[in-house]
Amino acid sequence: MKFDYAPAPESRSIVSIKPKYGHFIGGKFVAGRKHFPTINPATEEVLSQIALAGVAEVDAAVKAARKAYTTTWSKMSGRERGKYLFRIARIMQERSREFAVLETLDNGKPIRESRDVDVPLAAAHFFYHAGWADKLEFAGLGTSTKPHGVAGQIIPWNFPLLMLAWKVAPALAAGNTVVLKPAENTSLTALLFAEVCQQAELPAGVVNIVTGNGSTGALIVNHPGIDKIAFTGSTEVGKIIARAVAPTQKSVTLELGGKAANIIFEDAAIDEAIEGIVNGVFFNQGHVCCAGSRLILQESVADEVIEKLKRRMSMIRVGDPMDKNTDLGAINSKEQLLKIRELSATGDDEGAQRWSAPCDLPKKGFWFAPTIFTGVTQSHRIAREEIFGPVLSVLTFRTPQEGIDKANNTPFGLSAGVWSEKGSRILWASQQLRAGVIWSNTFNKFDPTSPFGGYKESGWGREGGRHGLSAYLKGVGHE
Amino acid sequence: MSNRIDVKKTYKLFINGAFPRTESGRTYEIKNAKGVFIANPCLASRKDLKDAVVAARAAHSGWNKASAFNKGQILYRIAEMLEGRRTQFVQEIVLVTGVTKVKAEKEVTESVDRLVWYAGWSDKLSSLSGALNPVAGPYYNFTVPESMGVIAAIAPESPSLLGLIDAIAPVIVGGNTVIVLASTKAPLSAMSFAEVIATSDVPAGVINVLTGKKDEIAPWMASHMDIDGMDISGLGAKSHGAVRIAGAENLKRIYSFNSADPGRILAFLEHKTVWHPIGL
Repeated sequence: MKFDYAPAPESRSIVSIKPKYGHFIGGKFVAGRKHFPTINPATEEVLSQIALAGVAEVDAAVKAARKAYTTTWSKMSGRERGKYLFRIARIMQERSREFAVLETLDNGKPIRESRDVDVPLAAAHFFYHAGWADKLEFAGLGTSTKPHGVAGQIIPWNFPLLMLAWKVAPALAAGNTVVLKPAENTSLTALLFAEVCQQAELPAGVVNIVTGNGSTGALIVNHPGIDKIAFTGSTEVGKIIARAVAPTQKSVTLELGGKAANIIFEDAAIDEAIEGIVNGVFFNQGHVCCAGSRLILQESVADEVIEKLKRRMSMIRVGDPMDKNTDLGAINSKEQLLKIRELSATGDDEGAQRWSAPCDLPKKGFWFAPTIFTGVTQSHRIAREEIFGPVLSVLTFRTPQEGIDKANNTPFGLSAGVWSEKGSRILWASQQLRAGVIWSNTFNKFDPTSPFGGYKESGWGREGGRHGLSAYLKGVGHE
Repeated sequence: MSNRIDVKKTYKLFINGAFPRTESGRTYEIKNAKGVFIANPCLASRKDLKDAVVAARAAHSGWNKASAFNKGQILYRIAEMLEGRRTQFVQEIVLVTGVTKVKAEKEVTESVDRLVWYAGWSDKLSSLSGALNPVAGPYYNFTVPESMGVIAAIAPESPSLLGLIDAIAPVIVGGNTVIVLASTKAPLSAMSFAEVIATSDVPAGVINVLTGKKDEIAPWMASHMDIDGMDISGLGAKSHGAVRIAGAENLKRIYSFNSADPGRILAFLEHKTVWHPIGL
């Protein structure tokens, strides 16, 4: 029996998108000089024209941030600073539907996810960090901690508003001012956030938002007026940033790529694990740095898991992100779609077996059906490289130690999943896995109180919790 | 007695619990402050470094798994062994650096005491930097510190013993293994300290000690893909930028310190967050 769902589209009338945007510098929107289009990846409709910041705009933003730091923000008590963050959290909650719709239009992610995950978590991040602002002496770095000054923050396109919150909230709570650059393809919610800053009467220059591409990001990274760099994105760009700041005194945190293993032991609750596998790799179209993109199955249950997984994948609803029933939305850009196709083709070429869920993909926009590769070996590119799409590579193991060894056989170390009903095995595997976040009998859970970040080439530092906050404070004893 | 010829010591490297000469056959001359010849320590080569990394990597899994109590006891054992050989270390420091006996005694005393201080941290690190996180959902969620892996450390030129201990102890107390490059001018304390390590129940490969030229070896350390972090406190500031650039290839965690505090230990710990559902 086939269930059909009637369309349940979310209305887009709640958002009003301007035909053209400028930058947000010193508390005001200033006109851009050059512009580029931003599109809805589900329809290829041009939503607006986004300004491209060059030397002058970045410089103006850094100056505004420095002025705000020196004259206002660093002089204000933590208690007062915190109240601005609480205001921002509240306004984001009040305008949450608007943010969710705008995020889905600009990014292509299902409205169910932007509404239930991205926006509430973003507001929660501000709420959590607001409470830190007047308690910094208890953050574990001694009683004489200081903010860095001006933070340059560069964020990715996969969780545009949420990544903004992960960056801006701890920076402001710790007493820094910021120059933020949203990703080229997804600037709209950051520009709406600028309006929230205005409504919250945040002092001018505390938050500055410049839009643009990688060239704008490089201007921020290399600007001598920036004291701290925070970046979320690819490991490749992360290394470029690490080299660029190497000879300077700039402090850096990096949240980079991953190739997370999701290990299913034979004593796992298989039906729950299936849900975890699906959530692990198909959440947000697989555009997730911590996605569980390597499924590592104990041989004795491999056939059963693959069969049930295929059945479950056949029920994933792919299509209009604005439909409240949609599970898997649009791939964020044509460029990303081509990358997913190219890496998937190497899976075919290298001898893995591809299976894609049967689904009708819309004619317009960028789409990729949920796909698994079985028969994958550790040397395959699809087992080593981050695909950043709805593609799962399946490997198998016999002994628990072999499962762990395969899971750890990667230069990344951001996250991992473990499925077993045996408590001691869960804790043993959690200890053995060389990754910063271990989801046991769950996957892809996030919370502002919970530190998130990677080992090895997945980056430097943590975000969330006391550990994340400390990245925005000057500690004692080391640079 | 005055006609007796001393039995002089050959100063070698310390890799994987053994004392090999450098495979390169290279040495350099150490003279005291008055220009009198003292010893020919090894000029460690890139191959010596690679051997040390292999040993440190192999030792990491076991050392990482050792209980905090066990690690603390072993660090304390190092202090015990050093205490018993105070006279030798004082003599070597006086011989090489020309400082007064009183000053050398002060350094050795502080070295022993600081080892004891570091030893006591082993079972307190998770209280210091771990957390139980009150997430908004039915999940048990905790964060624990865990060792980073293999760390390369460059000890300062002076003080040659105390600086060496600050390069080694904070790195290993959290479960890392270390390759330390000793003071170039005053390497005797380091090589004698290796003898202390060798008699302190430290598993082979957990601490490896090299002597040689810093500007030669530091770039090899920085570009080695199986080293996870570096302490470059003992490297001249003008070389820091180049080391950081080379270290970016595998995103090494590279730090420089100017004091002995818990931050020095925490710098080489990763934090791991574990989630598990709560339910019936």
